[in-house]
Amino acid sequence: MSTEIAPAPQGNVAEEQRPRIAVSALTTNLREYGLIIALIVIMLFFQFTTSGTLFKPVNLSNLVQQNSFIIVMALGMLLVIVSGYIDLSVGSVAGFIGALAANMMVIWQLGPLSNPLVVSIVCLIVGGLIGAAQGYWIAYHRIPSFIVTLAGMLIFRGICQALLGGGSSVGPLPDDFKMLSSGFIPDIIGPLTLVPPVVNAAGKTILGSGVTLHMTTVVLGLIAVLAYAYFGVRTRRKRERHGYEAEPFPLFIVKTLVASALALFLVYEFASYRGLPVVLLVMGVLITLFVFVTKRMTIGRRIYAMGGNAKAAQLSGINTERLTLMVFINMGVLSALGGLIIAARLGQAVPAAGLGSELDVIAAVFIGGASAMGGVGQVIGAVVGGFIMGVMNNGMSIMGVNVDWQQVVKGLVLLGAVIFDVYNKNKA
Amino acid sequence: MTSTILEMRDITKTFPGVKALSNVNLSVEEGEIHAVVGENGAGKSTLMKVLSGVYPAGTYDGQIIFQGQECQFKGIHDSEHKGIVIIHQELALVPMLSIAENIFLGNEHAKYGVIDWDANEQRTGALLKKVGLKEDPKTLITNIGVGKQQLVEIAKALSKEVKLLILDEPTASLSEKDSQALLDLLLEFKKQGMTSILISHKLNEVNRVADKVTVIRDGRTIETLAKKDISEDRIITSMVGRSLDDRYPPREPKIGEVVFEVKNWSVYHPLHAERQVIKGIDINVRKGEVVGIAGLMGAGRTEFAMSLFGRSYGRRITGEVLLKGKPVDVSTVSKAVQHGIAYVTEDRKTYGLNLIDHIKHNITLANLGGVSRHSVIDDMRELAVANDYRKKTNIRASSVYQMTGNLSGGNQQKVVLSKWLFADPDVLILDEPTRGIDVGAKYEIYTIIARLASEGKSIVVISSEMPELLGITDRIYVMNEGRIVGEMPASEASQEKIMRAIVRGEGKAA
Repeated sequence: MSTEIAPAPQGNVAEEQRPRIAVSALTTNLREYGLIIALIVIMLFFQFTTSGTLFKPVNLSNLVQQNSFIIVMALGMLLVIVSGYIDLSVGSVAGFIGALAANMMVIWQLGPLSNPLVVSIVCLIVGGLIGAAQGYWIAYHRIPSFIVTLAGMLIFRGICQALLGGGSSVGPLPDDFKMLSSGFIPDIIGPLTLVPPVVNAAGKTILGSGVTLHMTTVVLGLIAVLAYAYFGVRTRRKRERHGYEAEPFPLFIVKTLVASALALFLVYEFASYRGLPVVLLVMGVLITLFVFVTKRMTIGRRIYAMGGNAKAAQLSGINTERLTLMVFINMGVLSALGGLIIAARLGQAVPAAGLGSELDVIAAVFIGGASAMGGVGQVIGAVVGGFIMGVMNNGMSIMGVNVDWQQVVKGLVLLGAVIFDVYNKNKA
Repeated sequence: MTSTILEMRDITKTFPGVKALSNVNLSVEEGEIHAVVGENGAGKSTLMKVLSGVYPAGTYDGQIIFQGQECQFKGIHDSEHKGIVIIHQELALVPMLSIAENIFLGNEHAKYGVIDWDANEQRTGALLKKVGLKEDPKTLITNIGVGKQQLVEIAKALSKEVKLLILDEPTASLSEKDSQALLDLLLEFKKQGMTSILISHKLNEVNRVADKVTVIRDGRTIETLAKKDISEDRIITSMVGRSLDDRYPPREPKIGEVVFEVKNWSVYHPLHAERQVIKGIDINVRKGEVVGIAGLMGAGRTEFAMSLFGRSYGRRITGEVLLKGKPVDVSTVSKAVQHGIAYVTEDRKTYGLNLIDHIKHNITLANLGGVSRHSVIDDMRELAVANDYRKKTNIRASSVYQMTGNLSGGNQQKVVLSKWLFADPDVLILDEPTRGIDVGAKYEIYTIIARLASEGKSIVVISSEMPELLGITDRIYVMNEGRIVGEMPASEASQEKIMRAIVRGEGKAA
């Protein structure tokens, strides 16, 4: 990019910049598109190598349920990394919260306090307090986040194991609680049978024959897709009304159609199995919230400014200490939610829950294009990065790749993604 | 005795778009202390960088003749090899290493890479005795004061068998006592036959030790004065005697009542708790007035401004800030901004801009409330604001979506300025608003300042360029060593008067 545009007569500037915006809109979004394309390519690759298992509705549900905690925590980690920090403690905090929740529900007999909903709320609050405790040292005493959270990683893993009485696990957890991870939303509308199932002589349904759609999922999916298209068009209209060039119309159409088609395909997949997993709904709500916060809200803008240049942000009147604290509180709450999801999925709390997951979470954020220097990174990028990790885990497991080699591949993908980023930046 | 050790002939050095040195001549005789004086930016340091090989041979025109030989230094190593050692203004010592380790850094007494600590420390001891520093060679640099660190630098130079010692503003950050000791040391070296070049703009020091003075102004040698001709008045006239061919936009000041007052403001250094950086400053600014703060680098102007602006600098800050006669709390940046005070930094890259974000986001950062409702940013409003200020301050960029890191210095400055204009302050403190930007952009900045004043804002301009202050302000405070040492209406001010106030003030401070 050139450093300065030669001074031009004012009248011409407007005409000159039009094509430039269009080009820059394409190039700035290229990273995001490229990432989504990479995810699709990876999925197709595994679809092929697993002879079609990957896209089976049951497997897609599994995939979401297995990886949701990574993505939930990646949302918090994105803000941490954009702020210019790191949090190594998330896996241990998740493990600790799982142990805490299990103890509250199964061992301690707290009466009404053992209700899964109450326990969950208490656990989220505890997570926030943990985040505050770590963030306090980072924000107000300038202790490097790497060190504070490394300490947190040791401390909370230790407490987790202590709570579980050494090497044992605590369970089984109540079914209501397990809904968080393994549940599906209820079908209030009722199923729709597209292809009637073939029933054999014994009155048993032959697996795979017949397609019954979970209609609540279909309706929710349609609403989401329509809302996406509606808001896209509305924003476009608004830009045009104010006389600003939006991205080129064909690009917008293609983008909306492709995204909608993909979404509808997934909706169909889920609807033809048991419907929308509860945890996917939770994730969807959180992702939407975080996209909104980072893109549209002042606090999001301030986080990016702080990560880009903390001193300049401070001199612009931003309370960087308090903002840092809030970023870590948020991370703590999401780590706790991640811990609850893990426990709900396993149906019990185990000492190794979440062990090493901080690395998957951090990798997801960096694959998603965040900069280790802070100031750069997108929520959608981190989510797609998380799914890339998840699909690779899932696909390689189905293929029967040894866990050891799975790590090697994941490491190479992380390195490759970041090298690609740095190379692109230097070229620009 | 009078043999010429160094001769620099017709040195011309050009940077893209700027001629930093043109046909500079400097002739230094063996065994003398030769002072090189000039304003900030006159080209003194550039000349020394040419001499020491920081700018290698080939990147400048002209000849350097040292001890009768023409030299073409390719780097600092070459010049040090010949015995030319430069001690820079910013000390180049590693704080967490000991004195001995620093002195022999890169030059250790070692065999096969194994350091002989005894030999190092012994030699360090001898060198420290020479410079009169009573410290254990094992003491860490961070545990000794700046004055002693300066002596360590000199000891380091001596360890390299120096023939020509160049000191670039050696007393800039030293106390009066340390400065005196350093100058005595220079005189002592002179007795032993060493030649030194002293770069300084403290004329009392130059007066005391120099045998000859060469004055540089605007990248040219003005004159070389022999000992008998050296006088402060003579040097000052030489230093500033440039014609005022810079142009400033015309302005008719409409000055109202006092808006902004600072009373008895004192600040201590953030790290050296005993060092008082700002010593009881009183200033006031009226509505529609442009007030300048003149002074040399290190006078404490930036520290003063930043300590005012939400205590962004220093510790143990005392004093009062009054807005329209009422004391206000400016203890945090956001409080200061709420009270309508803005500070535009001198260092836009470090303190002013998020370089990895675009113009639009930078402009609205200090006043996000102005483009949002219930903390939700109105994208369209923000875009309109950014485009509006881009037009108002004439930022040249492909669009407001251009990264600020890719803009030229002048346009970056306009983005920082826009950010603070959008915060709509009553009092605007501009710190070196035209540093490092070209003449055309300077004029645009001056025009903006004039327009703001005519809109009734109160403006403080900190600048090291005296013609600029004379050209755009209504009243000038002169600051030196943390104090206000002079105040004059711009109409009665002159560069000589300002320089005199600085020099006299320095005498007073002693």
